[in-house]
Amino acid sequence: MYAVRTWLIGGLFMLALFTSPADSSAKTTPDTLELDVLVNLYDKVKFNHAKHIMLVKDCADCHHHTAGTLAQNPNCVRCHKNSGATASVACRSCHIAQPFSAAALREKSRTAYHNDIPGLKGAYHQACSGCHQKMGGPTGCEDCHKRNKKGDAFFSAGAYAPPQSHGEKKHGGH
Amino acid sequence: MKRRDFLKGCMACGAAATLGVSQKAWGIGSFEGYPEGMGVLVDLTRCVGCRSCEAACNKEQQLPAPDAPFDDKSVFEEKRRPTEKAYTVVNRYETGKEGGPVFRKVQCNHCNEPACLTSCFVNAYTKTKEGAVIYNSKVCVGCRNCMIACPFNVPGYSYSSALNPVVKKCIFCYDTRLKYGKPPACVEICPQQVLTFGHRNDLLKIGRDRIREKPERYVDHIYGEKEVGGTSWLYLAGVDFDKVGFDTTMGNEPIISNVKDFLGIVPMVLTIWPALFTGFHLLATKNKNHEDGHSEQEDSKP
Repeated sequence: MYAVRTWLIGGLFMLALFTSPADSSAKTTPDTLELDVLVNLYDKVKFNHAKHIMLVKDCADCHHHTAGTLAQNPNCVRCHKNSGATASVACRSCHIAQPFSAAALREKSRTAYHNDIPGLKGAYHQACSGCHQKMGGPTGCEDCHKRNKKGDAFFSAGAYAPPQSHGEKKHGGH
Repeated sequence: MKRRDFLKGCMACGAAATLGVSQKAWGIGSFEGYPEGMGVLVDLTRCVGCRSCEAACNKEQQLPAPDAPFDDKSVFEEKRRPTEKAYTVVNRYETGKEGGPVFRKVQCNHCNEPACLTSCFVNAYTKTKEGAVIYNSKVCVGCRNCMIACPFNVPGYSYSSALNPVVKKCIFCYDTRLKYGKPPACVEICPQQVLTFGHRNDLLKIGRDRIREKPERYVDHIYGEKEVGGTSWLYLAGVDFDKVGFDTTMGNEPIISNVKDFLGIVPMVLTIWPALFTGFHLLATKNKNHEDGHSEQEDSKP
């Protein structure tokens, strides 16, 4: 009897151990995310993760093979058919913020595959605006992130617009 | 250097300068760029025409304020080219292809064998080992030969300067960024990562991989790989390149090859021909001295 109880406890413990990663990942799936790669020029983006989960359904559409769902892209399947979920599914764990730094370029030259991973900013815009175009989501710059004062100065727009901007256009030619 | 000073110097130098230029022309064979040269791969299929690159270039190069804000899309109504006030411009092309218009960023392509450099008789231009084609505006005399020579119609001219007009163009952000291993300002700002910065050799591989992995997305050609001897800036497109403002009729020979033979003849003409033909003349007239004298005597007879 005692032995059976120990076995049961042990079994439950093992079960808990196996199920825990899935449970914890479900718990840590954020409902909203603040994206701040362009915070110098634009306000932060409040990304409604929960809403996008409902809309897209397949995690792989954004997270590729990292979420553990089988990637549909035949090119990815060649290697990632059984590769399972990765330790981190965050965009920034693969898409680095500075993709053209000297260190990043050295790394790129060395690897034979995955040497064309876009940087974080590029990945966001390509994935988001690409899908938004297909699904009829917002695609204008300021639909997602409002330009701040620094951004206005950078684009010579808003309060920093050139005085003649509504008059005769004088661009082009030389 | 003032134009007048230069002209004085030029008068003094005379034929010697001609010899110098033509020797440079002989020296260059088929240069395919420095092995560690950097470049930018421009993927036209990704560009959304936000003009961030224009704004970044304006700030980085401390250019004068633009005529219109950088978020003004009405500039796309005409096809623009780089000017003294804007070293890069984005143009829009309606190709009729599904997915809307195609946008193309224009700037110096930083040729492996730059025609501007070849045409410049004061040697203002330099092709750096990093791949940038830069120029020394202190040496520039404003002759605009490079503007005529450039196959991409890139160099702008400071027409607004009455006293010392010089040529102005994209320098790959050499002084402030490339020299220190950093990407140019336009590459860093681009939200869509239309622009990929890296070693030119790596970029060619990346470009071929993109074409291979998505053959339905791309035309099977990397513009700039071979055109006019190759350029540091390379392009991928989803439509034929001639539909989005690229000149596809230039061939793969560097511009210098068109003039190399001619320029090679110049020193021969200047140095060998005078001696050679004086020699011929002397040989031809050597034994005629007497007859000539005789005939003159005959002519002088009444």
